[in-house]
Amino acid sequence: MSGIAMPQPDIRILERAPQIVASLQEALPLDTVIFDPEETRAYECDALTAYRCAPLAVVLPRSTEEVAAVMRVCADMGVPVVPRGAGTSLAGGALPTADCVVIGTARLRDVLEIDTDNRFIRVQTGVTNLSVSEMLEPHGFFYAPDPSSQLACTIAGNIAMNSGGAHCLKYGVTTNNLMGATVVLTTGEIVELGGPELGPSGLDLLGLLCGSEGQLGIVTEAVLRIVPRPEGARPVLIGFDGAEVAGECVARIIRSGVLPVAIEYMDEPCLRAVEDFAHAGYPDCAAVLIVEVEGSPDEIADQIARIRDIAAALDPVEFRESRNADDALAIWKGRKSAFGAMGRLGDYICLDGTVPVGQLPYTLRRIGELSKQHGLEVANVFHAGDGNMHPLILFNANEPGQLERAEAFGADILRLCVEVGGCLTGEHGVGVEKRDLMGAQYDAVDLAVQMEVKDVFDPAWLLNPAKVFPLEASAAHRLKVAE
Amino acid sequence: MSTDAISRTAHAPGSEAELAEIVAGHFTTGQSLRVAGGGTRVQTGHVAGELLTTRAVSGVVAYEPGEMTLIARTGTPLHEVEAMLASEGQALAFEPPDLRRVLGGDGTPTIGGMVAANASGPRRIMAGACRDHLLGVRFVDGQGRILKNGGRVMKNVTGLDLSKLLCGSFGTLGVLTEVAMKTLPQAQARATLAFPGVDEAAALRIFSSALATPFEISGAAFHDGIAWLRIEGLPPQLAYRQKRLQDLFSGREIEILDADATVRLWRDLRDVTHFAGTEAPLWRVLVKPSDAPAIAAALRGLGGQVSLDWGGGLIWYCGPGEAGAVRDIAPHAVLVRRGEVEGPVFPRQSAPVERLSEGLRRKFDPAGILNPGLMEG
Ligand SMILES: Cc1cc2nc3c(=O)[nH]c(=O)nc-3n(C[C@H](O)[C@H](O)[C@H](O)COP(=O)(O)OP(=O)(O)OC[C@H]3O[C@@H](n4cnc5c(N)ncnc54)[C@H](O)[C@@H]3O)c2cc1C
Repeated sequence: MSGIAMPQPDIRILERAPQIVASLQEALPLDTVIFDPEETRAYECDALTAYRCAPLAVVLPRSTEEVAAVMRVCADMGVPVVPRGAGTSLAGGALPTADCVVIGTARLRDVLEIDTDNRFIRVQTGVTNLSVSEMLEPHGFFYAPDPSSQLACTIAGNIAMNSGGAHCLKYGVTTNNLMGATVVLTTGEIVELGGPELGPSGLDLLGLLCGSEGQLGIVTEAVLRIVPRPEGARPVLIGFDGAEVAGECVARIIRSGVLPVAIEYMDEPCLRAVEDFAHAGYPDCAAVLIVEVEGSPDEIADQIARIRDIAAALDPVEFRESRNADDALAIWKGRKSAFGAMGRLGDYICLDGTVPVGQLPYTLRRIGELSKQHGLEVANVFHAGDGNMHPLILFNANEPGQLERAEAFGADILRLCVEVGGCLTGEHGVGVEKRDLMGAQYDAVDLAVQMEVKDVFDPAWLLNPAKVFPLEASAAHRLKVAE
Repeated sequence: MSTDAISRTAHAPGSEAELAEIVAGHFTTGQSLRVAGGGTRVQTGHVAGELLTTRAVSGVVAYEPGEMTLIARTGTPLHEVEAMLASEGQALAFEPPDLRRVLGGDGTPTIGGMVAANASGPRRIMAGACRDHLLGVRFVDGQGRILKNGGRVMKNVTGLDLSKLLCGSFGTLGVLTEVAMKTLPQAQARATLAFPGVDEAAALRIFSSALATPFEISGAAFHDGIAWLRIEGLPPQLAYRQKRLQDLFSGREIEILDADATVRLWRDLRDVTHFAGTEAPLWRVLVKPSDAPAIAAALRGLGGQVSLDWGGGLIWYCGPGEAGAVRDIAPHAVLVRRGEVEGPVFPRQSAPVERLSEGLRRKFDPAGILNPGLMEG
């Protein structure tokens, strides 16, 4: 275990583990409850693998009612609950505690309704992100938010983290595409927020829920906005010999009135790794942009011509168009394999602070300086259109002290993001990873009011313990309960 | 909750700090406040307390067209913001309505009032609502605490999203003092397809087919026997989209409105001017679009008129009917213009939602001094 502290498990809960399991078994079908340590170990971590802890038990309910039954047992017995989707959180958002029950969404897999007339799909939240779009394909629609982890990650996790993806520049992130949710509260009550209507007629509790990282309730069903599939999409690749000029190109494209679906950025270390790994044939230069536009063939040609004019004025090293689907795949190939390519170089931490687009060049330069200072390599690959950076810090987990150094470097980068007017996390969430940095972005009172909101939904502070709020700051709220 | 009578005293602080002091003072005395920007979006005549307006907490703090962000103090007149964005070819994509024609009064709409009301016009079906373009807020809660949430960047999931909660809370959770908005390039070309001689059911069929195409319909409205679809984009896109839609609806009579006529038409639809110039009650109802024809017919049965926006997802009902009768037909109905109608502006929510909402109000406004009762159903 490294720098991030977790609270001591509650002995009184651990001592009652057999009774807790028995109560869960009584409330649910037998095969729903897992408590054999051999099996619960599979749930000991998410994609932030440096932090691990097996839970007391895992339940895999099949319906909202079963989730409510679990919640009632846990609330009665004062047991913390950690909701879990596919466990791809990069922030340790689904990290268990030894005294908790994990509620997994693995069996909440039903598609409940596809309504193209009203443009929504209703699903149980354990369905994967990609399968939603696959289900919609025959209808000519898709679900827009597309995290790179979309093959594995669930709608539950997407809602909890307000996840984004490459195509969010045009279509928005999860919160902009979430119309309704069925939520189990800590009381075991089932509440419907939103629905097929385009907005609430009271407070926007759905907006509050989205991105709340499992702090307010367990989301079991969702109504998602669906979008007609574009007729076609085509990327271009633009190489520049400097980060500043690449950043300028991004800003000019955005101002021009062309609204690309995606503008992705890769810097030199990333390009090198990608070339070695995927042989994507990218130019050898300081920065590459991939810009994707959508529409009919003529519309695409027109938009690409505009982008070409903008880029030409900035003297690019290369401007590569895709003429067909194969070209397009080749352009995306390197970007899509970036994380895998980096993984081959060693262990890495993936950050996701966001900065104002105009601050990208300065931020990149400072990250380079910090890299020298900390003696660790960093590569940058990110959603440039919205300033959502993904610095990947490379380190060797087997070498003592390197993880700590990488974490310290990461913390410096995130503080830098806040300093230039940005934020700690653009799409991955706070989880445990950025919990202790929250003070860099929010004053004590800004954090206090967020915790007061949690008090309303989860007065006993049972939901997803030790995430989001620094332990010291949340102590008063948690202790008030313990009394 | 405070039971103060409606007062004539008005507070118009010139800064956030001053505003916070006023609220803190009222928190101590328990005397309630009628919170307003320009006072043009919701009728608060029945709300008890002294007027607190953000009018003088005004001015654009930063506008970065290349970053598509605008930060403004909440008293900034909306038309000033819109002019500033237009000079750079940008706009607030959700097309905030101006309800003055409908509500009367001489106030000036402010950007803060727009956020407090989550005011979103016809383009909501394509671009999302005001809340989808809100990047961050500063506000003063009911204890006089100065708070912030979100920020000025496009993507931000740091902590709980209180900006969404404040957006559309009509001053009941806090008094907004500064907002950061996402701006977008204005469309360069626009046109409207008008379908005359249709009823609501036919209009809905047109909307559903059109909104299932990738042609980025940016308005789908109906009134008085005509359904309209608005298309926008770069000039070559517009021509293409128009042709494809004409082909799709080749069996129907279609009239094409040019750019100027399009701007005028959608401004009127946005501002609901067809239901201006009368004192009759005006209701705003959000529904599942395919339910719109039946609900519209039932509402018309009360003796008034309806129009549709948002592809059928938004019904305006103008006419007679007690609150109970309207909400029997349309449980989510919000009373925009009161006329003679008695009762709350907002509908009652389900029991757990009411309990959570009340819990939130208690945290943000423990003394119950901010627009007391306004959002209670
Ligand atoms: C290779 C890789 C690439 C990635 N790319 C992206 C990307 O492009 N964009 C992006 O945004 N993210 C990305 N991520 C991060 C991650 O995939 C997302 O955060 C995702 O939404 C998590 O979904 P999940 O199902 O795995 O949830 P989990 O990791 O299981 O859980 C995530 C959070 O959701 C909570 N939760 C789970 N289920 C529920 C529920 N039913 N109710 C309430 N709370 C719940 C958990 O407690 C936890 O806090 C990436 C991750 C990896 C490993």
